[in-house]
Amino acid sequence: MRRRADLLLQLAAPTVLVAVVGIASNFVSRSNEIYFLNALVSVAIVVAIYVFVGNSGVLSFGQISFVAVGAFAAGVMTVPLESKVGVLPDLFPLLRDHTLGNVPSLLLAAVVGAVLALVVGLPLMRLSGLAAGIATFAVLEITHNLLREWVKIGPGATTLSLVPESTGALQATVGALVVIGIAFAYQQSRFGRMLRATREDGAAAQAVGIDVHLQRLWAFILSGALAGFAGGLYVHMLGSITTEQVYLELTFLTLAMLVVGGATSLWGAVVGALAVSGLDAFLGNAEDGVHVGVTLNLFDGARLVVLGALMAAMLILRPSGITGGREFALRRPRSNA
Amino acid sequence: MTGLLATVDAQTIVDAIGLGAVYALMAVGIGLVFGVLRLVNFAYGQLVMAGAYTLAFTSSWPVVWSIVACFAVVIALSLAMERVVFRPLRTQSPTVMLVTTFAVAFLLQSVALIIDVRDDTIGEAAASVAPLNQAVTVAGTDIRKVVFVAVGVAVLSLGLLAVLLGRTTIGLQMRAAAADFRTARLIGVQADRVIGLAVLLSGVLAAIVAVILTVQFPLVTPDFALRDTIVVLVGVVVGGIDRLWTATLGGFAIGFATGVINGALPTDKTVFLPALVFALVVLVLLLRPAGLFARGRASVVDRV
Repeated sequence: MRRRADLLLQLAAPTVLVAVVGIASNFVSRSNEIYFLNALVSVAIVVAIYVFVGNSGVLSFGQISFVAVGAFAAGVMTVPLESKVGVLPDLFPLLRDHTLGNVPSLLLAAVVGAVLALVVGLPLMRLSGLAAGIATFAVLEITHNLLREWVKIGPGATTLSLVPESTGALQATVGALVVIGIAFAYQQSRFGRMLRATREDGAAAQAVGIDVHLQRLWAFILSGALAGFAGGLYVHMLGSITTEQVYLELTFLTLAMLVVGGATSLWGAVVGALAVSGLDAFLGNAEDGVHVGVTLNLFDGARLVVLGALMAAMLILRPSGITGGREFALRRPRSNA
Repeated sequence: MTGLLATVDAQTIVDAIGLGAVYALMAVGIGLVFGVLRLVNFAYGQLVMAGAYTLAFTSSWPVVWSIVACFAVVIALSLAMERVVFRPLRTQSPTVMLVTTFAVAFLLQSVALIIDVRDDTIGEAAASVAPLNQAVTVAGTDIRKVVFVAVGVAVLSLGLLAVLLGRTTIGLQMRAAAADFRTARLIGVQADRVIGLAVLLSGVLAAIVAVILTVQFPLVTPDFALRDTIVVLVGVVVGGIDRLWTATLGGFAIGFATGVINGALPTDKTVFLPALVFALVVLVLLLRPAGLFARGRASVVDRV
């Protein structure tokens, strides 16, 4: 019974935290609401990355490419038909002459993310851990290059605008909770446990018959689907998007969130996403001058300096993150496991 | 395919070799540190960027002093990075080390942005080294002087490095440390000395790359050499990160391939160059997961 209560708590803690942020966003001014929505969408993206990186222990710089294709798939397919021919004249006719509702566009984003993850995961997941991590840069570069230059599938280098802003407090909260729920279900499943076994001891996991590369591929595909879905949430929050917004800086920010929180637990991913989003919003405001006891006025660009320094310091001093990479629990086992 | 190859002329090959030489130098710089520390230094491009900014900010100086300043700044930054970042991380997993250098890269890039935008424009011009970019014509092919410099310096540096690693005691110690760091320490290899030398050499190489790249692309921006670093890192993995010479060949190969594909593409399709190069990378990795030049499938990074 006790074990079941512990498990329930592990899911309840991030759920409650996200729900509180979602509810709180209804009680702040319009100008501050965007920070709350941004934090919730960040939770979705970071948890999606966690599904692969956290469970497998293999670093990936490529997960933002799934966010990118999800965002552009959902965005392009929800631009109203009457304005689509005007703003995106070069699209394939199939894309140009059809439009989707809000929820179908999010599902489409998830499917596109999963398909891309399958296609690139097949060759990349055969590599050893470190090499696979670096090779995922190839995915990010290919995706960014195609989205930026191929006007038959999207807006190219121009801004994709006129996307319905349907990600309000409700959709952001529910979306983040769905991603957390799926991530939790996966990590409790047989597949999730096998993958974490390969993370802890690759040789031992292989010795008991676990196919390391296959398990990594499953997680990569699931992570791709969730990241695509999160990208859909993201584009519906912003209303307009460029390819540069889903590229290196977002990769850096989301990895910082995951690492600062603690990369090896779902609780860490959620805490890290919320903590860094909060800090990021504060620093973004500070660049314009905010009043906290004394008036703080940071010069432009200081935001990334502080985040970079924080992330580096965190990794050097406490590589397991704020949560120590453990799930939420009220009491800890005595032994120093 | 033959139609594509027909458009590859001598000019393209020369430019491709020039790019390959620069990438090979960067690959050696990354591979040296990886050998002794098992650390993939993502912030390597920012060392090059710092050197390029030094050249830009000192462009009113005589060229020689400007280049000396570039070397001094890059080597100092490289050693400082080892002391502040690499040393506390020595016992961490390769993944933690890679993310940390990723953070350091963004930190340095943001600092560069702040320094750069003081004059309200992004980008600084390095005017003094630009004359090196002039071309000489050999049998109808324009060869920029800097290509000679790049290839010459690359061959010379690699030769010197081969002598250092193969013929000296400290080189032997470095190879021992690269093969098995713990055992090497047990039999009396001084860790700090070996690591210090590797970091120093990798800093020197970064400074050389900074000079060559700045000559070719005199407008220095905060993301200078960032894309090149990503390409080289991927190239190093394609070649085989476990050994220095396969890593170097990987760096050269991806630079050469980039140059050739760039020359072979019709002008209106060159925007797709990165996608094609990286698609080729994925294809190569599909066929040879352990690396293009690696023997067998074993990997010292992890045996999974």
